[in-house]
This record gives sequence, structure tokens and C-alpha cells, in this order.
Amino acid sequence: MTRSDLILKLSSISKYYGGVVALDGVDFSLQRGEVHCLVGENGSGKSTLIKIISGVVAPEPGAVIEVDGRRITHHSPRESLERGIQVIYQDLSLFPNLTVAENIEGVQHFNRRGLMNWKQVREAAVRALDKIGVQLDPHALVGDLSIADRQLVAIARALAFDAKLVIMDEPTASLTRSEVDALLKVVRDLSSKGITILFVSHRLDEVLEIAQRVTVLRDGKIVGVYNAEEVDLQSLPKLMTGRAISSEKVPASTKTDQVLLEVRKLSKAENFKEISFTVSRGEILGITGLLGSGRTELALALFGMNRPDSGEILLEGKPLRLSSNRDAIAAGIAYVPEDRISQGLVMPQSVENNISITTITELCGRLGLIDPAAKGREAAQWSENLDIKMADLSAAVNTLSGGNQQRVVLAKWMSIDPKLLILDSPTAGVDVAAKDGIYSLIRGLAERGIAVILISDEADEVLLNSHRVLIMNRGRILEEIDPSKIGVKELNERIHATAN
Amino acid sequence: MRESMRQLIKNPIFKRKETFLALIIIALGTYLSLATTDFLTVANLLDVLVNYSFLGIMSAGMLIVLISGGIDISFTAIATVGQYAMALYIINYGGNLFLAFLIAGVIGVVLGCINGFLIDYLKVPAIIVTIATLNLHYGVLITITKGRWIYGFPEWFRNIPSLFGSGGSGSYALSLPVILLVAVYLFTAFFLNRTTLGRQIYAMGGNQEAAQRLGVNIRKLKIFVYGFMGLVSGIASVIQAQLVQTVAPNAIVGRELDVVAAVVLGGASLAGGTGTVVGTALGVSLIAMMGNGLTLLGISSYWHQVFLGAVIVISVGVTSYSRRRGTQVRRIQVDGE
Repeated sequence: MTRSDLILKLSSISKYYGGVVALDGVDFSLQRGEVHCLVGENGSGKSTLIKIISGVVAPEPGAVIEVDGRRITHHSPRESLERGIQVIYQDLSLFPNLTVAENIEGVQHFNRRGLMNWKQVREAAVRALDKIGVQLDPHALVGDLSIADRQLVAIARALAFDAKLVIMDEPTASLTRSEVDALLKVVRDLSSKGITILFVSHRLDEVLEIAQRVTVLRDGKIVGVYNAEEVDLQSLPKLMTGRAISSEKVPASTKTDQVLLEVRKLSKAENFKEISFTVSRGEILGITGLLGSGRTELALALFGMNRPDSGEILLEGKPLRLSSNRDAIAAGIAYVPEDRISQGLVMPQSVENNISITTITELCGRLGLIDPAAKGREAAQWSENLDIKMADLSAAVNTLSGGNQQRVVLAKWMSIDPKLLILDSPTAGVDVAAKDGIYSLIRGLAERGIAVILISDEADEVLLNSHRVLIMNRGRILEEIDPSKIGVKELNERIHATAN
Repeated sequence: MRESMRQLIKNPIFKRKETFLALIIIALGTYLSLATTDFLTVANLLDVLVNYSFLGIMSAGMLIVLISGGIDISFTAIATVGQYAMALYIINYGGNLFLAFLIAGVIGVVLGCINGFLIDYLKVPAIIVTIATLNLHYGVLITITKGRWIYGFPEWFRNIPSLFGSGGSGSYALSLPVILLVAVYLFTAFFLNRTTLGRQIYAMGGNQEAAQRLGVNIRKLKIFVYGFMGLVSGIASVIQAQLVQTVAPNAIVGRELDVVAAVVLGGASLAGGTGTVVGTALGVSLIAMMGNGLTLLGISSYWHQVFLGAVIVISVGVTSYSRRRGTQVRRIQVDGE
């Protein structure tokens, strides 16, 4: 291999934060035009490595970074940009108040003085969109676009900046399956045009689908660089965590015969229609389907936040009237939303305050004032039960990892001692090991007799953790599936067969 | 009927605040023209324009501040300081109109730039910093001047000639305040839409972190934005002094929120990133027309504020409602429906 075949070459990269080793003597290289995936658990050093490549963070002395055969000297974001390195962060760094064209091309003019040439902006933006083969109205406001379209705008912008290497940080985290497919197609397309893609993702099935090579990081060190054929869904998690990940199915024994919840012909216009099912104590009922199949709307209806037009909800055989989520909570129904950051947690507040928020009225002493000792005890108990890793109870939730944040949401709802727990995409954005931990937690809840509704679009997750699975499509339940009789691939096919 | 109303409201043009405002202004104007004899006369309209030019000029600065994602409460104090210094100078040493604007403008720019620097350097919300500087500037001014009013402007400051007319009452003249108002609006619109600096301000207001990642110099931009607010405050303060021919330290301070209200009414968001000069001009026009109309109708001035409050609530409410209906609600295509 000649030198110039490497678009990026890093040697002996280390980075320490205080006494903590984020990266330890890492050698890493990217070949021109390849799709290279970087995987590792949270805290493995992935983000630090990206920040060093993009010049946001300088490595420890002794490091050598070469872009296109030439050594980088300043380690500044500007130098990386000028060498054709573009990072698409998870938040996309777009301007929701500006048009598509201005987001793609107008921002290029920011470092110049003088006047905007709007005609040139529009034309260049359309060219950049054409390059990735998508058609978007250049006049549309980015804030009005779907997340998937915004992702495309971010890619088009990277290309307009003449990127040679595009780093994508968790690009698929909030996309639906068909949007992911479209994105992966764009990525392949770019690669065939000689643009190198460094793809960072938790979703290993996508990694395996798109990668030509995979680099695994663990504890700041490179575990290995593999060709995509050398690894699979079983071996990758093992490499990332350094230990075997259990893939045992949930035991059938937790399920009882006592029906807890019965839903009869529940309908709501433009949401869902004639939904009927039951959940028993100790049972985990999986609900899957494409985004927009009505599954979240159904969950909200069961939690009193989306009033159905007709039909009945029975809890323990008695009809349930839910005029608000307060009624649902009083009846013992808990709901863990898909978007834990904006809907599940008060991010800048402490773990203690977040856990105790659901039971705060019961933690009051005389005079109706909050009893701080009782509140602390409650939070301590649940954070111990759920094994939340944190500095202490006063740590702000936004300092915790994704997996631990999800545990705080669970702890908050566990403290109301629910009969029914509805989980909407509980492992979105958490890494392999943390996923495993959340799975065993959910099973533990089922063992204690709690009925669980598990909503997810990850086929392996529902199959592994459910006693029964319902597939939803266009607001209706399409079929009920016995997870012991069907594989991941077949379930995915059935979900996607509904797309047309 | 209800359905057709609903369809009408869904039309994208109704998501534009400007459309809604223009409709209200037309309706109100039509009503006032029919209900009073004086409203629809050139003299009255020019008079209103002159009286509100002070508010209008400052609203252009506030528009840029709000777009940048900030807010400024201190500009009335800045205007007062500039005005006082300007008045003291021209009364004691003479000078000319250009010098008057220069003194007030430079003081405005300097104090405004200090705001911008503090906001970025201290990383403290703009509202806190400018509440502090409002009190600081105003307090120092009152202490030094003991709140004295100033009269006795030189002759040249009392009679400023107008274009296309003599400027006296009854004649139709394009007077200085109106010319400046139009000039400030034209400049602001050009600056915001056509210059790279103006677009950077929109970008910063929309997503400051993303702007920073693109190499935008946030500190420089903020200093510019608040400096511009200071500049137009200085300009407006000279206009105001010329109109009333006195300088009172407490004449302008207290009107901050009127300016914010006019700009927000015109569609700018307190969250930053949005707002247009056309909208701001309409917002100021509506407030001006309402004040004038209520006076002509003989309604007590106490009611003016009640009407102003009601119009703001209704206007903001309608736009946010039609926007929500248009984009936020997720509908699912249900089989068999």
C-alpha cells in the first residue's frame, strides 16, 4: 500500500484528562474511500479519538497525525477543516431557523467579509444535494424537516465544504429503519466516489451492514481492526466489552395466568384502530412496528395522555377511566418514554430529585413539607436496587452515561410500585453492555409480577425479552407472534413487509 | 363554514406573522378611517410617524439583538446618557446637528459594546447583564446630574429644516425623524439579509454552538450586535430631544419593554434566530396606530395599555396556534379509516 492510499494516519495517540486515561497509545488509520466503523462502549475513548481527529482536542506530545500524507502541526479545528475533515455530530450542528440552502452553502460565506450571493448559495446547495442524490426544497426551513432529512442536509454541507473524510457520530440514533436504509445508501455512494467515511454507531447490525473495516476500542486501547467479514453480532459485543454477553431468552416461568390489563377495541382517529390484547402479571409483551405505526400513540393512550375515541381499557377486570396521566399513575401504570432526555428526566437536577419526583407527595412529613431524610432514603434504595453508577445521589443526571440515565428513569417509576410498566424504546442510544444490564432489570421486574409492555423497533431486543410479540402497522395490530418460533431475520422481514 | 375557516388558517401564509399583522392593521385602519374624520389625513399619519420614529428606530436595534438570541434592557439608559452628554455639549459649546448625532452615537456604541463584551466574557444571560448596566448607567447619570432637566437648546437645534416642505404644522414635510427612521430600517434590512455578518447573527441566534464550530467569532458578533443597539439608541435619543426640546433623565428610561413588545409583536422570537424588518415595522405601526386611534376616538389613555396587552396576547397566540396545527401534530395513516 502506498502512502497516499491512507487518507488519515494516527500514531501513538494518547490523551489524559487529569489522571484518567482516555486514549493510550492508539495507532489508527483510514484508507481512502473506505467505510470504516468505530465501535466501543461508552467511555472507551471513541469521542476523544474523534475530537483529536477533528482538532477540537490536542493529543499528548509524541503523537503523529498525518492527513493525506502530510503531517498536522497545529491541531486546531480550522486546520482539520482545511484538510477536508468534516465531523457530523449527533446534534447535526444545523441552524433550524435558516433554509436548507443557507445551511448547506450559506455558512461557507461566514468566514468572508461582504455580501451574500444568494444565487450562488442556492445553486451550490442544489449541486451538493444532487451529489448525494436527494431532492429537498432548498427554500425549506431546516427546523421544519424530519430528522432524516436534516441528516442529509448535514451530509450535503460536509460535501459542500469539500470533505475528503466525513466522520459521522451516531448518525442513525433517531432514524426509522427505512430512513436508515436510505442513509446507508448515501454513505455507500460517497465511498464509491472516493470519500472516506468514519461511522460511529451503537447499532451493531448497521455497523456490520455498512462497514468495510471495523475498529474496536476498549478502555482507551485498540482491541483490533477487523474486516467486516471477520466479525458478527455475537463476536463484536464480546470484543467491545471483553466478556460474553448473555443472549438467553427471557424465562417463560415469570408469566402468570392472571390477566392484569385488557384492552378491547380501542380506537382513535388518525392514531390506531380496534386494538385488543391482554397482558398478564409477570408477562413481557413486546410491541414492534415501524415508527409511525401507532405504537407510541397506543402507549400514550394507556398512560392517559392520548384519549381514545372508543373502546375499553380494563385493569384487573375493572374498567379504567383515564382522563390524564395522573389517573394512570394512581392506577399503578408507569410509562418510560422514548426520549428520556426531554420527556423522562430533569437533566440538570440530581439523581435523588429525579428518582423521588414521582413519590414526592408521599415523602412529606408534618406540615406538608418534604422530609429530606425520607427522600434521601427512597432515592438511595432505588439507586442501589437498580445499580446506578454515579458519584453520589447529588450528581446531576446529565453527568451520567446513557445506560445509567435510563436506570434513573426506571428507578423513578419503580418507586411508585407499578402494576404495569410501559417501556418505549428503553435501550435507544445505550451501548451493548448497558443494554444487557437493562434487559436483566426488565426481567427482574417481570419476576416480581409486574406486567411489562416493551415497545421497540429492534427485532432482537423484542424477541429476546418478550413472551409474546405484537406487530403493529398503520394503527392496527397485524399479528401476534411467538418469539420462540421465529428468528430476528424473519421478524424484520415481517415488520418491513408492512412498509408497502 | 367552520371547515373552510380551518382550511384557511392552515394556509402557510398564515404561519407568517407579517400576514396576520398586516390584516389587523388594514382592519384597524379601515375602522379608524370610518369612525373618525381625522385619522386618514396626511397630516395625522405623518404626525404619528414622527411621534413613533423614536420607538421605531430603537426597535431596529432590538430586532438585531433578539435575532442574535439576546435581549437588551439597558438601551434606554444608554440613550439617556448619550442624550444628556449631547445636550450639555451643544448648549454650552454650540456645534451642529452632525456633531449632536456623533456625540450621542459614539457614547451609545461604546456603552453597547461594553454590554456585548460583558455578556460574552462573563457568560451571563444578557437580561442579567443589561439589567445591571441599566441601573449602573442610569444611577451614575442621576447621581452626577441630580436629575436636573435641561432646556434652552440653540436655535439651530430647535428648527431643523425638513425636506420637501417648511416643516411647520399643517404642511406635509418629510422631516428628519421620518427620514432617519426609513434609513435605519433600510440599512437594517440590507444588513440582515445581504451581508455575511447579518447572516452570522441569524446563525448565532439559531444555534450558537454550531456557529462556533463553523469558526464564527461569537464575541465579535455580540459586541457588534449590542454596539449597534447602542448606536440606534443614541440616534433615537437625539430625535427625541429634538422633538420635545428638553432632556429629562427619566424621560426615556422605562420604555424598554415597549420596544421589546413592538419587535416581538412583529414576529421576532425571544428564543432568537427569527425576525424581519418588515415584521418589526408592522409591529411598530400597529402600536402607533392603536395609540393614535384610541386618542382620536376619545378613549382614556389608561386603556391604551390594556389594548396593547390584549393585541400582543392574541397575535402571539394565533401564530403559535396555526404553527402548531401545521407542523406538530403527528397523524398516522390508519388502515380502514
